[in-house]
Amino acid sequence: MFILKKFGQLIVTVILVTLFASLLLELLPGDPTEVLIPSGSDQQREDLRQELKLDQSFAVRYSTWLGNFATGDMGNYYTVSSDRPVSDRLWQSLPVSLLLMFYAQMLALFFAIPFGVLTAYRKGTWFDRTSNTAAFAMLAIPNFALGFLLQYYLGVKLGWFKTGGYASPSESPIEHFQYMILPTITLAVGQIAIYMRLLRSDMIATLQQDFILMAKAKGLKSKRILFRHALRPSSLTLLTVAGLNIGTLIGGALIVEVVFALPGMGLMLFEAIGRRQIVAFQSMVAVIAILYILVNFAVDLLYTVLDPRIRNANKS
Amino acid sequence: MSVQTPISGLPTPSGTPGAPKLLEVRDIVTRFTTDRGSLTAVNGVSLSLERGRTLGVVGESGSGKSVLSRSIMGLLPRSNTERSGQVIFEGKEISGLNDSEYRELWGDEMAMIFQDPMTALNPVMKVGLQITESLRFHLNMSKSDAKDTAVALLKAVKIPEPEKRFSSYPHEMSGGMRQRVVIAVALACGPKLLFADEPTTALDVTVQAQILDLLAEQQRERYMGIILVTHDLGVVAGRADEIAVMYAGQIVEQAPTALLFSEMKMPYTEALMAAIPKLTDASHTRLAAIGGRPPDLVNPPKGCAFSPRCPYVQPRCHEESPTLTPSPTAPEHLFACFYPIGSPETEEVRLRIAAQRLMATAPEFVAAPAKTPTPAEQSPVPAPPEQTEGM
Ligand SMILES: Nc1ncnc2c1ncn2[C@@H]1O[C@H](COP(=O)(O)OP(=O)(O)OP(=O)(O)O)[C@@H](O)[C@H]1O
Ligand code: SF4
Ligand SMILES: [Mg+2]
Repeated sequence: MFILKKFGQLIVTVILVTLFASLLLELLPGDPTEVLIPSGSDQQREDLRQELKLDQSFAVRYSTWLGNFATGDMGNYYTVSSDRPVSDRLWQSLPVSLLLMFYAQMLALFFAIPFGVLTAYRKGTWFDRTSNTAAFAMLAIPNFALGFLLQYYLGVKLGWFKTGGYASPSESPIEHFQYMILPTITLAVGQIAIYMRLLRSDMIATLQQDFILMAKAKGLKSKRILFRHALRPSSLTLLTVAGLNIGTLIGGALIVEVVFALPGMGLMLFEAIGRRQIVAFQSMVAVIAILYILVNFAVDLLYTVLDPRIRNANKS
Repeated sequence: MSVQTPISGLPTPSGTPGAPKLLEVRDIVTRFTTDRGSLTAVNGVSLSLERGRTLGVVGESGSGKSVLSRSIMGLLPRSNTERSGQVIFEGKEISGLNDSEYRELWGDEMAMIFQDPMTALNPVMKVGLQITESLRFHLNMSKSDAKDTAVALLKAVKIPEPEKRFSSYPHEMSGGMRQRVVIAVALACGPKLLFADEPTTALDVTVQAQILDLLAEQQRERYMGIILVTHDLGVVAGRADEIAVMYAGQIVEQAPTALLFSEMKMPYTEALMAAIPKLTDASHTRLAAIGGRPPDLVNPPKGCAFSPRCPYVQPRCHEESPTLTPSPTAPEHLFACFYPIGSPETEEVRLRIAAQRLMATAPEFVAAPAKTPTPAEQSPVPAPPEQTEGM
């Protein structure tokens, strides 16, 4: 029942998102084939127009794409020399983006959790105030600006990390790390601030609870009280926002990938728009929407791990 | 525990040569810094307790009972709090300890039971773990020993199917069962001193009695000293050896239980007595019996703190504040009142006030029969001829 509901939600979302995205592309003026194969002959263009059903209505084009997509055909990526299936490129770029977002999320939580917990515990002290000021500063820096700054200082001037390009972890783990570290930091910085502030306010509320005083009256160490007793009940909002934030993260990843020339979904999407790859664009947007929903589904499942009371509510 | 260290500069507690008392509290004052100014929540409280005995602390909401227990235990937050006075636990001054020294005592030597079992247990932790964690920390038990002990504890507090309950979450249990778990947690390491802060206020009347019986039974078995905090004199009536009545952060009357009930001296105690809930009342009913509101602890009234609400107030009460002094007839009975109940010189005052009050309310009753009630208005029970008797 739960699964069925989620599945229905998934289909509706994918349709709405792709419909909206392709309508936007539809608004661009001019003949897409001029951009797709700028040096192609009139005959080649006519063939492409036929294939893309450009002479037919938007509804027909959209439903054809949808039908193909549902059967696993994501269409072609058109270039002058040869047409490649979109799925090929997708399978190359998707892991890059997923890894980037995963690393960024982990890095953000790695800093946000201890800082959120400790600033709540030390509420009002200079440590709390300094951390909050730092968080606001981090929030205020736009992704791309931070990306350029890191690229320039740590990459170009100091030469510690690579400033653009990619190597997969199976090829060379060290190079992978060198390529990914700056994009990860760039993407994580804003999230650290958001997560830390959220956790801090929820922790402050939890620390007022009777069961925390009871844990203290048991003689437990502060570390155990904070991390074993208070953290879990305080992390539900954090989890929700982390799930919802996937949207922001995808947007951020797009920009960061462009800045660091990381061949992920963002860069590919960026290219697809520029080159009027309507079909590829629709397919990628659909994949991203599906991912987004799957992540939120995972978040729902995580809730029940974090809070046993929700587990029971779901059962009944 | 370990060897008792005698406190230098303090006289040995009277009447107990050699073995020091379990708990001796002297002149505790606890103030909070609030936006409105300094709030005196506990104002010079002294008390003492032996092992195996129960001290009832009674007072209305806001009288400082919880703050007093937490002050003694050292559980108050350090910021915005100012505490003075001495707390001598087994002959050792503990009020100056730091948190890591306190941790040796908390849970191990002294424990606390909280008012609301719905909020006192961690909602996302299995109850078993909530018991074993202090066993493992204080007594260095192995995992399996701790589990066996915890199951035995659950059994001792009369939880059915203790092995199964060990891996339940709090929300899967009723309020009464949860309070039993809270008690099991408190008893886990065998404390010598137990603070029970309104342990039954949140529970149904029938469950209340069961929980109090359980506490009494465990006290006998473990020879604990208990400080039983409540706003309900009825709760401590049959359970405490001695009762301290608190008002506005002070003890205003203190006596062995039987003596307090037979010869109460303070008008406030009398009001509390009238407020004992009857068995017929619905549970959780808030007591409205004492007119007026507790005093503002930031700006307490001049003179006797109870004077704005006291039915027997005299001019002197607004000027001077009475101190806690032993009764001339029974030195173990202390009270703080200029015009205590039962003293011959105030009985006249008392009667006059009672008469005035009666007269003030009488016209209603006189006027009532003049208006002939319609059959619908008539109560099914025939009214007694002299309604004023019910006053
Ligand atoms: N941390 C605090 N900061 C400021 N004021 C406090 C704090 N804790 C308690 N107080 C105040 O101290 C007074 C005594 O509170 P306390 O909780 O001891 O009352 P109580 O007798 O236990 O009442 P109840 O029956 O409601 O539990 C109250 O006026 C309360 O507002
Ligand atoms: S001192 Fe006066 S005001 Fe205070 S309780 Fe006694 S009679 Fe009432
Ligand atoms: Mg209280």
